[in-house]
Amino acid sequence: MSQTHDIHPQAGRTGAPSIGAHSNRQEPRLLAAGTDAAWTRHLDTFGPWEPQAAAAGLLEALAAAGLTGRGGAAFETWRKASATAGSVRKGLLAARPVVIANGAEGEPLSFKDRTLLAHAPHLVIDGLLVLAAALGGAGMYVYAPAPSLPRVREALNERPGTRRVRVVEAPGTFIAGESSAVVNMIANGTAVPLDQRRRLSESGLNGRPTLVVNVETLAQVALIARYGPLWFRKAGTATDPGTRLVSVSGPASVRDVVLEVPGGAGLSPVLREAGMDPAAVSAVLVGGYHGRWVRPGAHVLSPAGPTGSTVRPGAGVIHALDLQTCGIQATARILSYLAAESARQCGPCMFGLPAMASILDRVAGGERNHRLVPELDRLGRLVSGRGACRHPEGTAGLVASAMEVFAADFRAHLSGYCAGPGGVAA
Amino acid sequence: MTTHLHIDWTSCDGRGLCAELLPGVLDRDDWGYPVARGKTGQDRTDVPLREADREAAREAVLLCPKLALGLVERTPPEADRRRPGR
Repeated sequence: MSQTHDIHPQAGRTGAPSIGAHSNRQEPRLLAAGTDAAWTRHLDTFGPWEPQAAAAGLLEALAAAGLTGRGGAAFETWRKASATAGSVRKGLLAARPVVIANGAEGEPLSFKDRTLLAHAPHLVIDGLLVLAAALGGAGMYVYAPAPSLPRVREALNERPGTRRVRVVEAPGTFIAGESSAVVNMIANGTAVPLDQRRRLSESGLNGRPTLVVNVETLAQVALIARYGPLWFRKAGTATDPGTRLVSVSGPASVRDVVLEVPGGAGLSPVLREAGMDPAAVSAVLVGGYHGRWVRPGAHVLSPAGPTGSTVRPGAGVIHALDLQTCGIQATARILSYLAAESARQCGPCMFGLPAMASILDRVAGGERNHRLVPELDRLGRLVSGRGACRHPEGTAGLVASAMEVFAADFRAHLSGYCAGPGGVAA
Repeated sequence: MTTHLHIDWTSCDGRGLCAELLPGVLDRDDWGYPVARGKTGQDRTDVPLREADREAAREAVLLCPKLALGLVERTPPEADRRRPGR
């Protein structure tokens, strides 16, 4: 995506203290230093920084904060870090662990990580340094797409203590950010997932215990290291503490925007904050291309909770579909993309995803065959859980949510008409 | 600790020898790749084995022409159900 993305578009507009409709707006945390924050402004905003001192008790603080990964899986950060620390202790010859800041953002509708790397690279680097220090001096990498690299290098050069941080370019493919693909790219120059007979926390980059952490997660780690878990929990809910960045996009007339929202935020308020009317939205894709379609209604964003009222934020993608667009055609385009983005290493993915895409294309194109939908469902179940990474079940999950949310559209298509323009004419 | 049959999908070519040796454990899909019978999620990549199937599984590991199989010992608590990373 080449266009620039606004941060908090209303920030300049409000001026006065937020009241009324704006009362639940989250004060910026991650982007508090403003745009293009250099090292001095970073320190002025967030305070002085001693990674070695901040590393003491960090894993306990992360556990108390309840921070979960912001890259998609929402796995507890302290658990992942502790597993890596545990593998270091278990080894006969203590292998030096590795921490990788993962800035690959292969999700086509995600732009929050590149926004963070552009405006707050120092917070990400703070998090990388303190987590590496907490693991007893781990090796450090920043893995990010080409457009983010000049800013990352500039930030590393304008501050002390970063001489040992290595920078690796992430390709722009969908799967390049999957954690084993990250390790594979750094080790071998190929960003495709690895078979994980052993977990990366046990044996990752060059056999070392390896921790791959999303860049936003690292920025959150830096804030927790500075201000503590109680401060972190002042935003969000008990089950989804803190804040998260979301990449909000919609119909062409709506500007793409990165927002920082509290944990457990409602989907409708987030759409409104991005300048959209939830009533003019037929469905929302939440989490990314491995996420779920939902009706805007009463859903809240949270990694855990009943599926009827919560939706997992995944990588923070929120994409609204307007009332005129056919959800089946939108999903068919995404599915074709995902099938093409298979690394073509694992049979069920290599053959199953294109088979699913071709069936959904036939439904989208108006083929009146009642066997198509059950077959799509069968293939989704068949590929799930069978691959080196989660691409098959992530894709199947998106399709399953489309079959649920767009059930009426599926019936319409199979009866020979489509609600959207450019579809099979009524 | 339970013995699991690990399938390395990046190596598997769907030759089908494993499904012949372990007919009660593995079926084959539309393209010939193994499918663990009655399993979902991660149990389809690390397939838990009953004691009675261990010998045949060992044989499958040795005979797989693509060296795509392995036996791993794993405790199956809930904490292990969720894998970190995307």
